Amino acid sequence: MSLRLDAPGRATGVRRFGRASRWVHRTTAALMGVCVVTAACLYVPQLAELVGRRELVVRVHEWAGLALPVPVLAGLASRLFRADLGFLNRFGPHDRLWLRAALHRDKRRASRPAGKFNAGQKIYAAWIAGATLVMLGTGLIMWFTHLTPLVWRTSATFVHDWLALTIGIVLAGHIGMALADPEARRGMRTGSVSREWAEREHPLWRP
Amino acid sequence: MRGGYGNLTGTRVPWPGEGTRVFDEYVNSEQPEEPRGKPIGRRVLLGTLGLGALGVATAPTLQRGLESFLAGASDKDPTGLTGLLPNGGGFRYYSVTSSVPRKNADTYRLTVDGLVDHPGTYTLVELRALPQTRMVRDVQCVTGWRVPDTPFEGVRLSRLLDAAGVREGAGAVRFTCFDGAYSESLTLDQARRADVLVALRMQDKDLGHAHGGPVRLYVAPMYFYKSAKWLSGITVTKDVKPGYWEERGYDVDAWVGRSNGRDDEPTT
Repeated sequence: MSLRLDAPGRATGVRRFGRASRWVHRTTAALMGVCVVTAACLYVPQLAELVGRRELVVRVHEWAGLALPVPVLAGLASRLFRADLGFLNRFGPHDRLWLRAALHRDKRRASRPAGKFNAGQKIYAAWIAGATLVMLGTGLIMWFTHLTPLVWRTSATFVHDWLALTIGIVLAGHIGMALADPEARRGMRTGSVSREWAEREHPLWRP
Repeated sequence: MRGGYGNLTGTRVPWPGEGTRVFDEYVNSEQPEEPRGKPIGRRVLLGTLGLGALGVATAPTLQRGLESFLAGASDKDPTGLTGLLPNGGGFRYYSVTSSVPRKNADTYRLTVDGLVDHPGTYTLVELRALPQTRMVRDVQCVTGWRVPDTPFEGVRLSRLLDAAGVREGAGAVRFTCFDGAYSESLTLDQARRADVLVALRMQDKDLGHAHGGPVRLYVAPMYFYKSAKWLSGITVTKDVKPGYWEERGYDVDAWVGRSNGRDDEPTT
């Protein structure tokens, strides 16, 4: 990690993400993007008509999906990434306050206490990880049809389709919130954020 | 899994006002943030997995309910958005090639050859001049979607086979398509069924390009991949040759409800 480079010189910057975390995010996002685009080309009639090549698109979709968990698994080698996972996993009393405020559409800073990650980010991370694994499992059932009892394939297709729709909506929310917050994006891109932003958005975070 | 971050930075500077916050009991120099919080992230992840498994287990029931609800909703939906929902009703466009040439009444030809006495070609006008049969059945795709009560109209395949004169020793019919890639096969007995058409019309309209027009095969009792779109060739052969999807794992004898591991209600 290049922490030493940043620490003294840029007094205004706060180190938010190590290189491993950023690359895990980047590669996962790219693979997820491939999955979403190929899924759309298989599923939305106008796109299917435009692109065709059904067998090729299916192959790309399958392999991108299979590779989707790989960046996270590789990232486990990094201590900083594991620490980030730990922060995402652990919920404190302030997260309950944050969620309650979110439910009541209370946007005041004081009612939204957050550590390194706010409760919404934590829930999102855990849900998208679980959903990805469900997609992987149901996808494998649809891919290797001879491995499972026959009726499972129809059921897996059903779950895969509806969960895909749900993931599409949630993912759009994730991207929309990132687009609305340039400093958060800078944190994911460069690894650093401004101290002012960190204190405002993540007052309980001690970097 | 937890801890390390604060130690690694080495230059930790307290926020202004640190030490007066409500949550300071969770802050110390060793473990900077909510170190002993509950592992709720893990529970959410496992819960999502569990729900996914439950969804697979209860899918047959859920699917029946949703399908009947969405079929009703799509009837009253002027936007057509329900058509984009899984199993929301309506046809899906599947092509195995990147682009399919368009054929019209001038350029379309259907050839009949192989083990026949009179090989030949038909134009669209010639096909339209033959006696037409109209059938209304459900269409069932092997991927799950079903479109109820869809009218198809065209020439019985058996009529074309009889006109060509099938020779002794023939046992199957192979179909090729002008998309350049797709193919299908039926046994001769299957091909001679009264509910197998060379279809020119669907839903009481001339077959459009997206639905495989101007001419497609229509095999009413089988999954819809047997009903090859953009039909351009009928070849009588000795044995069944697996078609495009059948070389990729689908059943050759694709009876709806009795093949491909599915138990859909038969379409005939």
